[in-house]
Amino acid sequence: MSKSFLEVDGLSKVYPDGQGGDLTVFEDVRFALEKGEFVCIIGHSGCGKSTILNVLAGLDEASSGNVVMNGKEVKGPGLERGVVFQNYSLLPWKTSLNNIVFAVKARWPKWSKDKVREHSERYLKMVGLDHALNRKPSQLSGGMRQRVSIARAFATQPELLLLDEPFGALDALTRGVIQDELVKIWEETRQTVFMITHDVDEAILLSDRIFLMSNGPNARIAESVKVNLPHPRSRATIFQNPAHHKIRDYLVDFLVNRSGSAQPEEDGSPIVIDPSAGDAAPKPVPAKPDTKTETAARAVNA
Amino acid sequence: MASLNVRAALLSVSFLILMLGLWELSTQPPAAQEAITEYELLMGVAGQESRVPPPSAVMKVAWTELSNPFYDAGANDKGIGIQLAYSVYRVLTGYLAAMAIALPLGFLIGMSPLMYKALNPYIQVLRPISPLAWMPLALFIIQDSDASAIFVIFICSIWPMLLNTAFGVANVRQDWVNVARTHELNPFKTAITVILPAAAPTILTGMRISIGIAWLVIVAAEMLVGGTGIGYYVWNEWNNLDLASVIFSILMIGVVGMLLDLALGKAQKLVEYKE
Ligand SMILES: Nc1ncnc2c1ncn2[C@@H]1O[C@H](COP(=O)(O)OP(=O)(O)OP(=O)(O)O)[C@@H](O)[C@H]1O
Ligand SMILES: [Mg+2]
Repeated sequence: MSKSFLEVDGLSKVYPDGQGGDLTVFEDVRFALEKGEFVCIIGHSGCGKSTILNVLAGLDEASSGNVVMNGKEVKGPGLERGVVFQNYSLLPWKTSLNNIVFAVKARWPKWSKDKVREHSERYLKMVGLDHALNRKPSQLSGGMRQRVSIARAFATQPELLLLDEPFGALDALTRGVIQDELVKIWEETRQTVFMITHDVDEAILLSDRIFLMSNGPNARIAESVKVNLPHPRSRATIFQNPAHHKIRDYLVDFLVNRSGSAQPEEDGSPIVIDPSAGDAAPKPVPAKPDTKTETAARAVNA
Repeated sequence: MASLNVRAALLSVSFLILMLGLWELSTQPPAAQEAITEYELLMGVAGQESRVPPPSAVMKVAWTELSNPFYDAGANDKGIGIQLAYSVYRVLTGYLAAMAIALPLGFLIGMSPLMYKALNPYIQVLRPISPLAWMPLALFIIQDSDASAIFVIFICSIWPMLLNTAFGVANVRQDWVNVARTHELNPFKTAITVILPAAAPTILTGMRISIGIAWLVIVAAEMLVGGTGIGYYVWNEWNNLDLASVIFSILMIGVVGMLLDLALGKAQKLVEYKE
């Protein structure tokens, strides 16, 4: 295998199960990301998506396996990896502008005050918040806060952007608006993005590939679904493409019927699927009982 | 209908007038001077002093004292302003010294579970000790009454600051610490730019409690060590049986205590943030 931008190899996470034994949340997770890709990961609640993302961010440690980015092993957090947290994690005592200035100063300590400010304002403008420069997070709506948080992450121009359900706490209308914004920013910057979501439509709108994770414990990244839709995309027109339906049906089928039993390739890498080319689901391995139908239904409705 | 504030102010003023009126009436000299009993003579309490002075007398004292608060006519005769200044000086010196130790130490304890576990037993034993209990030891070791009073202030104001700082620092939201980590801030920068502002409201709460306690304690401490200060002044006027001055200085203690608390309250407002 040729060297990819990011390589994740044999990652697993084990917690004590509280009864003296071990609980393996996920195991032997392996995948690779190429520079400039937008990849979403979908899976049922508790399968370990956030844990994987935190390991990539360097905020959490895997029990085994390693993460290599640009040929260097990831150990601990770093500015070359930006994170957008689900709960925004803005510093509440700073204005929206200063939250971004904080990050930009950390990224380029040698920049002049004016340059830092000008750069920060540019990114706030990009998310349409130039009118709210001097407001504190408590004076912003949830959607506005998440915009600031996204602007903060993009402003530091990390090589890899990690987003943990960035729109999970937003209402559907706001979510749509910010999704469009994210599409726009991404078309401009072509950042490499790894994002967790529960929303199938969101994943299709944004990603080049979608990783499907099987249910925990012992969860795996079982499949990698290609999203063969042309850029630039928009929420309004993406449904008109026939490939969209095929991809959507494939994802929903996975979440509802197959997430309990899905397995990756023999070598542990996700099975590559291209629903737009008519790929069907791989043959099921003897199934575990599926207890997650309820959450699956929610994911579909989202 | 007048606003709530206006009505409250009116009510406050009426309470004041009512109280002063009752006080004035109940402390009128008896109409006919009765013969002083033999017992009263023996006790050395003559008619004038056996009564609590009426508010008018206290106001008279207040007027003379406040019109020249900083006069200095020898060791036992200084203006109320000078006495208060001595007390405030001692409180602030002891308080600032406590701050200089409590804040860094609190940070250390808050950031390190090891330090917390190691130091907590000492803190738990030392904290409930009445600050005045340290006085004899302080006098013996320091050999200076003024410094001993300052030490007592130091020891009583250190605990709320220390505990609140440690608590505030230990409970900074992990999300914010993670923001610092993902931006590769070094520990010192993290402490200054993230943990300090995040914990500042809790720290200020501790500082506000401390200044209140320090002001309570200084009066008692100065009664013990004597010489100068508002505590000494109260005790001295009591020995002079000048009750009007005693009441006046009690009021002044309240006013200065309130001002100190107000100042810390303002500072607290400055560092507060809404999540
Ligand atoms: N400190 C811990 N001790 C034990 N188990 C833990 C701990 N932290 C997480 N887990 C377990 O790890 C699993 C994965 O958690 P994680 O937050 O990564 O899930 P997730 O896929 O992000 O879920 P969601 O979609 O709900 O956010 C969960 O089943 C959880 O119970
Ligand atoms: Mg999660």
